[in-house]
Amino acid sequence: MTGSTASRWGLRTAAIAYLSALLLVPVGMIFYKTFEHGFSTAWDAITTPNAIHAIELTLLMVAIAIPLNTVFGTVCAVLLVRHRWWGNRFIDAVINLPFAISPVVIGLSLFLLYGVGGWFAGISEAGFKILFAIPGMVLASVFVSVPFVVRETVPVLQEIGTDQEQAAQTLGANSRQTFWRITLPAIRWGVAYGVVLTTARVLGEFGAVSIVSGQISRQTETLPIFVAKQFENYNQTGAYAGAVVLALLALTALLAMNLFKGKEVA
Amino acid sequence: MGISVEGAFKRFGDFQALDDVSIDVPDGSLTALLGPSGSGKSTLLRALAGLEALDAGRVMIDGEDVSKKPAQKREVGFVFQHYAAFKHMTVFGNVGFGLKIRKWRKPEIATRVHELLRLVQLDGLADRYPSQLSGGQRQRMALARALAVEPQVLLLDEPFGALDARVRKDLRAWLRNLHDEMHVTTIFVTHDQEEAMDVAEQLVVMNEGRVEQTGSAEDLYEHPANEFVMSFVGEVNRLGDSYVRPHDIEIVLDPDERTEEAMVQRIAALGFEVRAEFTLGDGTEIWAQLTRSELQRLELRVSQIVYLRPGQATNFSGDSPPGDRGASTPPARQGGDDAEASAAA
Repeated sequence: MTGSTASRWGLRTAAIAYLSALLLVPVGMIFYKTFEHGFSTAWDAITTPNAIHAIELTLLMVAIAIPLNTVFGTVCAVLLVRHRWWGNRFIDAVINLPFAISPVVIGLSLFLLYGVGGWFAGISEAGFKILFAIPGMVLASVFVSVPFVVRETVPVLQEIGTDQEQAAQTLGANSRQTFWRITLPAIRWGVAYGVVLTTARVLGEFGAVSIVSGQISRQTETLPIFVAKQFENYNQTGAYAGAVVLALLALTALLAMNLFKGKEVA
Repeated sequence: MGISVEGAFKRFGDFQALDDVSIDVPDGSLTALLGPSGSGKSTLLRALAGLEALDAGRVMIDGEDVSKKPAQKREVGFVFQHYAAFKHMTVFGNVGFGLKIRKWRKPEIATRVHELLRLVQLDGLADRYPSQLSGGQRQRMALARALAVEPQVLLLDEPFGALDARVRKDLRAWLRNLHDEMHVTTIFVTHDQEEAMDVAEQLVVMNEGRVEQTGSAEDLYEHPANEFVMSFVGEVNRLGDSYVRPHDIEIVLDPDERTEEAMVQRIAALGFEVRAEFTLGDGTEIWAQLTRSELQRLELRVSQIVYLRPGQATNFSGDSPPGDRGASTPPARQGGDDAEASAAA
């Protein structure tokens, strides 16, 4: 279907206008507002001890959630695509839960589970603090970002098929060697894209983390919580600057992947 | 290394892929598994490599029962129909893969890989990626990769299936030469009877999960065991219960007691060979193969009435044993619906 030139340009214009109005203008506005009073004002706002702690804490969440979800996601994808067993339908259904459930609900469920009177309350009572501490925030971050690596890797695994893996076997490779030398390199861009999405999700996670963290400044305050707090306290420069840092971090992850990928293809 | 399969069964859901298959492949031979799609030939080949587990039966390589051995321990070279190239590795990496797994040292891998690349005429392309190769080059790379580990047995699954006709012919001749040089027991799967007859010393004709007949190209063509083999390893006309090869039909202009009246429907000159199609009195369609000079001598025209003398008709249903060429009598005629040139190609 090509249609006339006029309708084709009409569609293109509509698509770009829609994206601009909904995405580009608001994000652009943040950047504009951040640097409205000069670079140094914005810089000062995000170099306060609270802001720096929030950035560090957010990066820590990313650093913990990514390896966990990458390993788990890759293993899950291989199980789903390469093995036929009853557990596949279970995994397939459950893996989408974080997409379906609101992060606030996830936060509440963790709160119920680990809070006073919850099933796992004993862990906290034994001295290992989960709620209002980093372990709880890690749980929430991992929970909300579980599906990305699996979802991005499964179609790639299906696409490459089993020929290369079988060829490796006939050449003497055992299953471990086949996975590391053949399967993983073949699916690496699927995994990488999943990692980028995981990063973006963990960076921006607000709902679940805000509930289990208790939002204690310089203790359990991540960057999105910092931004929200600044906004509520009418410190708009701080809020905007924090938001820009968040956006830049996510963009960096995306750019890094594209850079590596570009190098590989060339 | 001789290979044999004894009483192999394999079922995929409702589909019986192998139904009591036994074959015997002599050491150093070049054997073709020939059959239409769904005949079980690829399943049998994959079972030999250990890529498919049999439901019942045994696979023996050099007298040893390898049925329980995993693919990686069978020392079998396998070439996949769609090459199964390792896309993220160079040609060098692909060919050297098996050696690296066997922990060969780097300089030795390099020597061996370059030796093989020369053998498959890919020297100079070692640093290319599979995506930068043509189909024929990729197939030769896959072959070099399989040969690198000096397998006891070389198995090829429709090795030329995805290539165009010209490259295919070159590779066929090349595979035959390679086999003459290396003397590794080789089995390849194909649905192309011409390819099988051209390349292989021994053919195993398969159909619906069973072996229909085993033998040399000449055996199968001259003494087919049944209708299926006869129609699969060459062109054939069916006349009632009898089968006759198109080149065994003689066209004459004067009738006698052994001829059938027929009308010329179509004449197709395919280079040296000419294909003439006729309709018999009862509507049966039949075709004959003749040479250009015969055509000129007979001066055939469409709609002309001529007389056909089927020589060497084969009858599988009567008391004559399979492979025995039936008497050259006019075949008993039935309705026209069952009389058609079987498409073997």
